[in-house]
Amino acid sequence: MSHDPWIWVAAFLTLCIFSFLYKDNPFYRFAEHLLIGATLGYALPLIWKNVVTPKIIVPLQHHEYWLLIPLCLGFLYIARLIPKYAWLSRWPMAFALGTGSGIAIPLSLQAGIFKQIQGTMLTKAMLSPSVTPTAHIIGNIVMFVGVITTLIYFYFSIKHVGTVGKVARVGVWYIMLAFGATFGYTVMARVSLLIGRFQFILHDWLGVIK
Amino acid sequence: MNLLNKFMNMDRRWIYLITAICVIIPFLIPIGLPTYTTPPVKNLYDKIDSTPEGQIVLLSLDFDAATLPELYPMAVTILNHCFVKDIKVILMSLYMQGIGIAQVCLEDVKREFPDKKEGIDYTFLPFVPGASIVILGIGEDIHKTFPTDYYGTLIDSLPMMRDVRNFDQISVAISLSGSAISRTWITYANQRYGANVAAGVTAVMAAENYPYLQTKQLTGMLGGLKGAAEYENLVEKNLKLETRKAACIGMDAQSAVHIMMIVFIILANIAYFAGRRRKK
Amino acid sequence: MRRTGPLKLCLICGVVMIIQFFIPHRFSKNLFEEAVHWLIVCGVPALVIGYYSIFHVHWTKIRRKREGWGYSIIIFAAVIIVALIGFIWGIGEKSVFMKIYQYMTMTMQATMFSLLGFYMASAAFRSFKARTPEATLLLIVALVIMFGRVPIGESVFIKLKLPNLVEWVLMYPNMAAQRGIGLGVGLGIMATSLKIMLGIERGWLGGAGK
Repeated sequence: MSHDPWIWVAAFLTLCIFSFLYKDNPFYRFAEHLLIGATLGYALPLIWKNVVTPKIIVPLQHHEYWLLIPLCLGFLYIARLIPKYAWLSRWPMAFALGTGSGIAIPLSLQAGIFKQIQGTMLTKAMLSPSVTPTAHIIGNIVMFVGVITTLIYFYFSIKHVGTVGKVARVGVWYIMLAFGATFGYTVMARVSLLIGRFQFILHDWLGVIK
Repeated sequence: MNLLNKFMNMDRRWIYLITAICVIIPFLIPIGLPTYTTPPVKNLYDKIDSTPEGQIVLLSLDFDAATLPELYPMAVTILNHCFVKDIKVILMSLYMQGIGIAQVCLEDVKREFPDKKEGIDYTFLPFVPGASIVILGIGEDIHKTFPTDYYGTLIDSLPMMRDVRNFDQISVAISLSGSAISRTWITYANQRYGANVAAGVTAVMAAENYPYLQTKQLTGMLGGLKGAAEYENLVEKNLKLETRKAACIGMDAQSAVHIMMIVFIILANIAYFAGRRRKK
Repeated sequence: MRRTGPLKLCLICGVVMIIQFFIPHRFSKNLFEEAVHWLIVCGVPALVIGYYSIFHVHWTKIRRKREGWGYSIIIFAAVIIVALIGFIWGIGEKSVFMKIYQYMTMTMQATMFSLLGFYMASAAFRSFKARTPEATLLLIVALVIMFGRVPIGESVFIKLKLPNLVEWVLMYPNMAAQRGIGLGVGLGIMATSLKIMLGIERGWLGGAGK
């Protein structure tokens, strides 16, 4: 069993939160609110020392006064808290949204659309038995059909009847398969979180496992 | 049939208890079954392993404690791998909470590698808000985006950072995250600056990232606790590094809970179909 | 002016950023670099709003002595204590601040999310039924992935190449559907970004006066 008082504090808080599994209780509520407070308290010195000092105070000490322009623009965000002047907060938002969108559009188009379409194209090499193993050739064809049918399923500008309906139906099967895969993995994710806490209890606190 | 009905309607707290037992028992009586290595994990391992000594790997811990058990073992084992191979590491986080985790991780790993020095073998960057903007900032000029390291030392004065300006001097940028932030790295670091990007993601996100592996926008990927366990095994087997393998230890419990869940789902479906037949 | 000014700024910033992407000139690169730096500085004061809103909610709760107001005191106390410790004794390695983060904040947050492991076990048991052919496919794929991704499944069915089958399912049919969905999302992001830039989407202006 651990002799570190910090481990005991952590163990107590862990049990406080686990107690919610039985029913809601003051121990859980205490830990829940402590978590909010400690998280907010953690952020303050971190922002001051990691962001405000090196990004604002130090450059201003080095006479980089141009920095006052984005800084003043940023302070307009706070106007949102004063109803009479709330409209001023639209200016920094306009700058952030406009610049952010302008940067994102060409890059997202290339990374999220063009590259993905390119990857879907069946090249000679992808279908050639001398280059690609049979399982992968089948996979490439399956992948091509899947992308097309899934896209058709999401194309709502035409009615899903007749041939389009049948193709869209294939798309639904692909989507279900993908959701199944995601669910299968989700189980692992959630169980991992649990494993992490039990490792703490059994290893760090009680010391009953290696 | 009555028994099945009772089983279906049992109090949720019994399910919680059975789940807890399924997690605890494998810890007390470990089996240690082997883990099959998947290609995305091997690709990331190979990429780091082939990075020449003295070159730089960027490791970004873009997660908070909510996904800690899955992603923390990845961070530890990747850092171990880099330090064993004398690869320099830039450690950072796009999440405020991730900075704290990165610091804890660094302390953990430095216990195994006490000779590794800040500014020479690794650099720990502070938190800067803005995620995508920070990635773009690194691509333009890392010294401007991060004028100092986490401890307040000027970046220009750190020996390992003197020749590092942007992604051109970074072998691979690895983002460990439980959100879509790995795609932000793809969009900004890979697409705009041609950086090699790899990801360590929670199992929930793993299936969604396969399109980016096929297009090589992701060099490699660790998916969930299993991905971390595979990487731990590769590091141990190839580099003979004996450390505590947190992810591997957890895999027995994964097996037990998965079997429990599969049995539960099958039984619940039997009860459902039996009930439906009776109604007919 | 209160609405059109920010809308114009948004459009100008967006268009300038798109244009600079296609001009590989030093000036364009500098402009981009500066814009990125401005965005970082501009975003810092926005953090004040987050703190204000949470303090406002809990301060009101304490003042009016609403149910559970005692827990709001815990939040304030935690914020003040943790922040003061960080400011006074520093945030470096082995500091008390980091101990609090590691053994309290990290612990509580990890435990809070680990509860999901229990909830998922209960939910899957109660609601994961093969009600329709699509749901059956989802269920079968989920079970195959669940079994094929854990060591016991891999070991039992290694001769049937279950790990390879799981990898194939993820690499081809799953990837096809994920890509189809991703392309839809990508186009959606593009359309939304353009709508913001062109002033068609004005939700971000909020209700702060005309």
